[in-house]
This record gives sequence, structure tokens and C-alpha cells, in this order.
Amino acid sequence: MAANATVKSAPPATSAAEAAAAFERRDTRNRWLLSAPALAILFFASIGPLGIVVVYSFLTKGGYGGVEWKFSTDAWASVFFTRDIFDDTLGFADAHLSIFWRSLRLSFLTTLLALVVGFPTAYFIATRPEKTRALWLFLITIPFWTNLLIRTFAIMEVIRNEGIVNSILIGLGIIDQPLQIMFTDTAVMLGLLYVYLPLMVLPLYASMERIDFRLVEAGYDLYANRLQVLRRVILPLVKPGVIAGSILVFIPSLGAYVTPRVLGGGRNMMLGNLIELQFGQGRNWPLGSALSITLMVVVMVALLFYVKNAGKSGVRHG
Amino acid sequence: MARAHFDVKKQTGFTTIALFCFVMLYAPILTLVVYSFNAGTSIAIWEGFSWRWYESAFANEQVQDAAIRSVIIASFAAFVSTIVATMAALATTRTRPFTGITFIFASINQPLMVPEIVTGVALLIFFAIIKIETGYTGLAYLLIAHTAFCIPFAYLPIRARLENMDLSLERAAADLYATPWRTFRYVTLPLLWPGILAGGMLAFVISLDDVVITELVKSAGQDTLPTYMLGQMRRIMTPEMNAISTVFLAISILMVTVFFLLNRKKS
Amino acid sequence: MRPTRSAALPALREDRANRAWGLNIVSAAVAVEAKNVSKIFGAGVGEVRALDNVSVTIRQNEFFTLLGPSGCGKTTLLRLIAGFEMPTEGSILLDGEEVAHLPPFKRHVNTVFQNYALFPHMTVAQNVAFGLEMLGKGKAEVQQTVAAMLKLVRMEELKDRRTSQISGGQQQRVALARALAPRPKVLLLDEPLSALDLKLRKEMQIELKRMQLETGITFIFVTHDQEEALTMSDRIAVMSKGNILQVGSPTEIYEHPADRFVADFIGETNFIEAEVTERIGDDGRIKLPSGIQVPHKVTTSAGVGSRVTLAIRPERIDLVKADADAHFTGKVSNIVYFGTDTTFHIDLESGQGVTVRMQNRLGHRDVLQVGDVVGLRVEPEAMQVLRD
Repeated sequence: MAANATVKSAPPATSAAEAAAAFERRDTRNRWLLSAPALAILFFASIGPLGIVVVYSFLTKGGYGGVEWKFSTDAWASVFFTRDIFDDTLGFADAHLSIFWRSLRLSFLTTLLALVVGFPTAYFIATRPEKTRALWLFLITIPFWTNLLIRTFAIMEVIRNEGIVNSILIGLGIIDQPLQIMFTDTAVMLGLLYVYLPLMVLPLYASMERIDFRLVEAGYDLYANRLQVLRRVILPLVKPGVIAGSILVFIPSLGAYVTPRVLGGGRNMMLGNLIELQFGQGRNWPLGSALSITLMVVVMVALLFYVKNAGKSGVRHG
Repeated sequence: MARAHFDVKKQTGFTTIALFCFVMLYAPILTLVVYSFNAGTSIAIWEGFSWRWYESAFANEQVQDAAIRSVIIASFAAFVSTIVATMAALATTRTRPFTGITFIFASINQPLMVPEIVTGVALLIFFAIIKIETGYTGLAYLLIAHTAFCIPFAYLPIRARLENMDLSLERAAADLYATPWRTFRYVTLPLLWPGILAGGMLAFVISLDDVVITELVKSAGQDTLPTYMLGQMRRIMTPEMNAISTVFLAISILMVTVFFLLNRKKS
Repeated sequence: MRPTRSAALPALREDRANRAWGLNIVSAAVAVEAKNVSKIFGAGVGEVRALDNVSVTIRQNEFFTLLGPSGCGKTTLLRLIAGFEMPTEGSILLDGEEVAHLPPFKRHVNTVFQNYALFPHMTVAQNVAFGLEMLGKGKAEVQQTVAAMLKLVRMEELKDRRTSQISGGQQQRVALARALAPRPKVLLLDEPLSALDLKLRKEMQIELKRMQLETGITFIFVTHDQEEALTMSDRIAVMSKGNILQVGSPTEIYEHPADRFVADFIGETNFIEAEVTERIGDDGRIKLPSGIQVPHKVTTSAGVGSRVTLAIRPERIDLVKADADAHFTGKVSNIVYFGTDTTFHIDLESGQGVTVRMQNRLGHRDVLQVGDVVGLRVEPEAMQVLRD
């Protein structure tokens, strides 16, 4: 450090403002330098490649995967439309649209179910005595940090034809043929619910923990019954948590790849699997790129919705 | 039974649903663990206790290979991402809003906002270009990809720790003649250490668990434990998968527990 | 820049006899000088002028207090002296040397922080040693000084405790010892007593004064508590909205407040509008609202015929019979008993309310009742003409 230089060149009072400005500039530069390595890695191996995806979505597909460097909007057209091979007319790409629809439907149902199960669970944890609360919370967190693939594998073992559920049901004589749950939309939804449920409970808990139960008491004091207190007092108080939890479940569900692949099989694809397919057997990289961007845009819209609504209520989550 | 007092916190049915939820969360995992000790070859019919699947899993060269690769990648990614995330956290916390801070913040959190499949596809395309240009097909692609998506996970606990840290402690150090470097070395770093450790462990677990990006980025013969398992799930499964999963679970739970303890100590 | 401790300590002892009697020997030499200092936070619409062209001179060995409500700029001024902020304009001289742009670690001043800012990962002794170690002092000297400082603040026994394992009052002492250990030229104290309870605060006020006398170090003390300021300081600077309104000894500030803000902020005051009717030099006459004229010194620029505001302390008013001797007459509207004294609220004929405080040994409480008509008398020197 040039301590002496600073002293000697220390400007007189008149340029105090300049010195302060110079200090700020130096500080800003140092902060950028400190952030630079992280930014470099992220731009090289995450953000930059996303830009390439955009470019690829406007190129012509190559014969054996890859692309030809020729501008084309075919990929974007084929996201939604399909050209009939006989009469060359345009029709909706039913296969894609049904996958979009399934992705949205399953994600929505998963979110709804997660809310129905997660809300009471978060409430239960939030109303435990201080001492045991951390333990209950820990029990929710463990599945959250354990491998998603293993959890999917675990739920698969439960719902398989030879799995626990069917074995018990047959053993009890309730059914004599195993229920076919695997490779159905139900299986995918159960799987998504199972793996993403903690994402609903955690933000819900975070906002419930802060409930001032004197407000609930005030509700009862003013003649509200339990249901009315829940609906008119508790629910509005934890609304930010409900929104945060819903978004946190909805977004990864929409982009899910592993769970539908393992539990849905080849026919019950979701958007994630459709994208992957274009880079595997489909060999249509531009289409895969266009689908990726479509997914990303939907996710961004959901995130913006979240930011806007969470911002309004003035409570931060995450 | 007459209730002694009116419980304002009670909501009918909530406790039942909550307990059902906990059972639902843990039953499949416990089943998975139990059947890893099955003496038979089925993952549904119990035939007695045995360590045989653990033995076979440990003897399986593919598993060994994948496990070692997983640990190498996770260690590298956790180490590098934690260092750069620490630097970035120091740069972006406890400051006046400087030019570009929002940009830096958004960039660091970007991997959290884009679905993994999209990032995976993007990397697949980008690395394919590099592979063609350079001919290199080594492990570096996975290393850098994992490092990148680990950065926000390492960053968040470090940042949280920093923001809770009293700025006046560093002011006090400067007031007591410590230069900026010494202030960092003797005050900031010791106080930040639990956050850095937590961030590193989180990054390690996240890297270890990753399936999607690894599956899309890896070259032939670069299976990690999760992608190996994903491949195996297409076949007829034996309790060997349960055994591998159980070991995996044990490691994850151990790390999460330590992570929790580290974070609790500060409050 | 760095004083040698061994030379400084014995010199202190000489003064000690005098200091023990509370006779602080404030030298004429200047310790800190702020010249035309302004500090602006933010820019544009959000711009906040925390200090507005402030100049102040703080003498060596002085217990100097910056007093004012929150947001008045007192803490900003302290932080500028400490080096945690840089002035937008102006200069700050420490021992005659410009330091405005030196980082805190190059200034020989130390701070006792409001929340103490003790390093939680170090013991009490390690905290106290920190500054000395950063200055590169030898091990023996560090140990010796740490021991001496812990003795000064009476914390020798807890030296190996973690700072989280000691009470608030003890943390306060450690913070003091830590800041005093490097023998700074000036010790800055940022509302250090605000976190303590009343009893402890009273004790620490005496302790602080004792330490200042014993060490002979210039103390600059920031507080919003007027009582703290009055009891401890050699001089007080009253601040409001980024300006210094008045600098003076506690007596000057209390007896002769310069303007309405100072009079109102420190102690209780009655404000009475009056008119200047004669003026020759500083001598003049003032017409009270009751129509009575009294001779008075006028030190402000107010000319004949101009309206002025008088500040009159409640305890400087005598209750008398409502006759010709009284400066005002009024009706008792409320009587509040305070133990040591009693406060009378009196509605004057003009409709204005006035507060009068009397010590209880005088027995007015028993004589007067609500609704009684009384006369009020004020010695002319107790009427302070305020600056506009």
C-alpha cells in the first residue's frame, strides 16, 4: 500500500469530493475483480452456452445430429406445427402439444397436491414447541438434500407391480391383479410430489414461523371459528409462503427429466424428456434448442410472477 | 375427553395430514434401505438378512469407477466453486449499491433459475463444438460444468453468513490499526469460516447428486455414480442398487447433519 | 505517530492528584479540528446532507461531547474523525495533520463502538491485545499493556473468557480497554452507554470520567442523552440537522442556551414571546406579554421594536402573590408531585401555559391549589434571549 504517497498527495479540502469519488471508483473496481473468477466460470459453462442455444434454434438440423450453419425457422415452426408429409399442409404438432399439456397439467397437479399436503405439515412444524421444531424441520430437510435419483428409485420400488403397495394389497386379498401404476401419468405425478414436497414445506414453514398467534387469538376473540380463522387470518398472513412454495414446486416439475424418465417410461414424456430426445435419437438439435428456450421462457414468466407477487407483500423468501 | 383449555394453534386434521406426510416421505426411503440387506435377489420379497449386496456393490468395478469419478468431480467442483463464491460474496455483500451489482448477483444465481435440462442441453451443444475444435474429450468438461452450477449453492450460505456478520467488527479491526488484509485474515475469515465450510459441503452434495447435466455432458465411459444408477434402472434391478443407494444416502445425510450443526452454531 | 507507552504513563501520574479532585487540566493545544466539513450521503432525490459545513475545535485532554437527537449528524462527525467515512467537503485535522483521507488503520484514534464490536472469536485479553499486535509491538510490551488496561477497567479476572460469556457491562469495559490499549491521541465513544440499564449507566458515567482523568486522553463522546452530556463533559457541542448550534461548557449550555432548539433539547424550558423596547449596546429593556417592562441584556442582533423569544427554566421562576411585584399572573391549572419537587402548570392571562418547578421543602405544594391565582417572578438573568 502506498501509504506515504497517499499522505503526501492527500489533496486539500477543495478536492475532498473528488477523493471520495476516486475511492468509490476504486472500490467498485475491486468488487468487480473479486467477482470476476465466479463470473468467468459461469459465463463459460452456463450463461454463455445458453446464448448458443438461442443461435442453434435458428439453424438447420444436421443429418447425424449437430447443425448446418444455415438460417432457418423450421425448428421454431415445428415446436407447434407439423408439415403433413403427403399434402404438405400445416397442422398442429399434436405430439408436442400433448407433451406440453402433460407437463403443465402434471406440474400444476403436483403443485396443488403438494400444497394440500404441505400446508398442514408446515403448520404442524411451526406450531411445535421451540425445542422439537428444529428436529421436525430437519426431518423435512433431509429428503430435500438426498439424491433425487435415489428418492425416485425409492418411490419406484413402492409403486412397482412387484412393489410394496401391490404386494400388500394382493397379500390382503383386496386385489388379485397388481395395479399398474408405473409408466402412467399418476406414477410421474406421485414421483414429482414425492421429490419436490420439501420445496413446498420449507417456504411455507418460513412464513408460518413468523405468525404472531396473538392475531389468531384476536380472530377467535372476534367470533371466528377455526375454519374462518384459517381462511381469514392465517392464510392471508402466509400468502407469500404459499406463492413461494408453489413456484418452487412448479418450476422444477415443469423441467423435470429424471422422474418422468424413470417412472413414466418412453410414452409418458414431459418437456424435459422431449428436449433430451432431440439430442439423442431425435437428432434434431435446432428443435431441441427451440424447445429449451420455450421451457426457459415459461419458467422465467413464472419467476417474474413470483417476484412481482412476493415483492408486493414485502416479504422475501429464498 | 374435556380439553383443559382452548388451543388457538389447533386446526382440525392438520396433525393427521402432517404425520401422514412424514410417513410418506420416509417409508419409501426406509423400504429401500431395508431391502438393501435382503438375502434374496428381489427388491420386494424379503428373504432374510445379508450383506451380500454391499459386498457385490463394492466389488463391482463399474461402481468403484463411477464412485471415484463422482468424488473427484465433487471435490474439485466444491473446492473451486467455494473459493470463487467466497470472493464473490465478499464483493457483493455489505456494500452500497455499486454499478453492476445486480448484474453480478443475477449471474451468480442464474443456474438456480434455469431448468437443469436447459443448462445441460446448452453445455452439450457448447462442449460438442469445443470437442470438434480441440479433440479433447477428458474429464475437464464435467469439472467445469459442475463447478459452474455449484457456485450459487456455495455462494448462498457464505453470503448469508456475511450479511449477518457485524460490519462494526471489521471497523473495529481497522480502528485498531489492522490493514485491510490483516482485517480479513484475523477477523473476517475466522468469523466467516463456518459459512465457507457450509457452502463447500453444500456444493459437494449438489455435485455428487447431479444427474441431468452430467448425463448430457459426459463423454463415453465417464459415468458418475448417479448416471451409472440411472443406466441400471432400465434393467432388472437387484438389491445391489439398494445397497449403493443406502451408502449414498448415508453420506448425504451425514453431510446435511454437519451442515445443519454448522449453521446452528452461529445463531 | 505512535506514542511510547513507557514515557506516557509516568507523566500521567503527576497530574493525578489534581485530576482526582475532578480538576481536569485541559490544555490550549488542539487535538482535533474539523474545518468546514460537509458529508452528503446518496445523490439526487435521495440525497441526505448529514453534515452541513461544520467546524469545531476539540482541545487536548478534553472530555468533549457531541449531543443531539438521532439523525443530527453527531455519529457521522465521529465516524469522519475515526475514518470510517470520508467527508464530501472540508478537512479534518488530527494534531494539526490532515487525516480526512487516511484509512482508519492509519489514524491514531480509537473507537468504542455502540454495540462494542468485540471479536467473538477471541478472548477478552486477545481483544485488548489486538491493536497492539497490529501496531507490531513486542510480546512483552503487549502483555504488560494488556495487563495494565485490564486492571484499569477492573477486568483482570475475566481475561481468558470469551466475549460472549461476559455481561453487557463487562463487555463495555473490555471495549474501553481495547480502545485505550494503543494509547490513542483521541478516544471516540459512540453512544457506548446506550445498551446498559440505568444503574449500570450511572456507574459507567463515573467510571468513564475517572478513566479520562487518569489517562489524560482526549475523549469525544457521542450521546443523545442530555443528562449524560451535562454530568460528564468539559464542553458540549449541541447538534441538529447536520449543524452545530452551540458549543460550550455544561453550565453555559444549560443556563444560556443560544437558540430555541438548544433550550428545548436540554432540560425543560418555558418560551415566552417579548418585545425589545430600548437598546443601547447590550443594555436594553424588554416588554413582557403582561405589559411589564424589565431591564435586560440583549446579546443578539434584535433591535428596538423587534419580537424576541425568552427561555425561562421552570426552576428559575418564583411563585409569589399576584401583586405589582409579579412579572406575570396566572391561574394554577394542574399540580404534579414528583417526590423531590413539584411541578405547577399555570395558565397566564395571555392564555399561554407555563411550567414552574419548586423543591418540596419550600412547602408550596400544601399552600397552593388548582384554581388559585398566583404571581410569577423571574430574575432578569434567568431570562435568556434566544437567537432567531
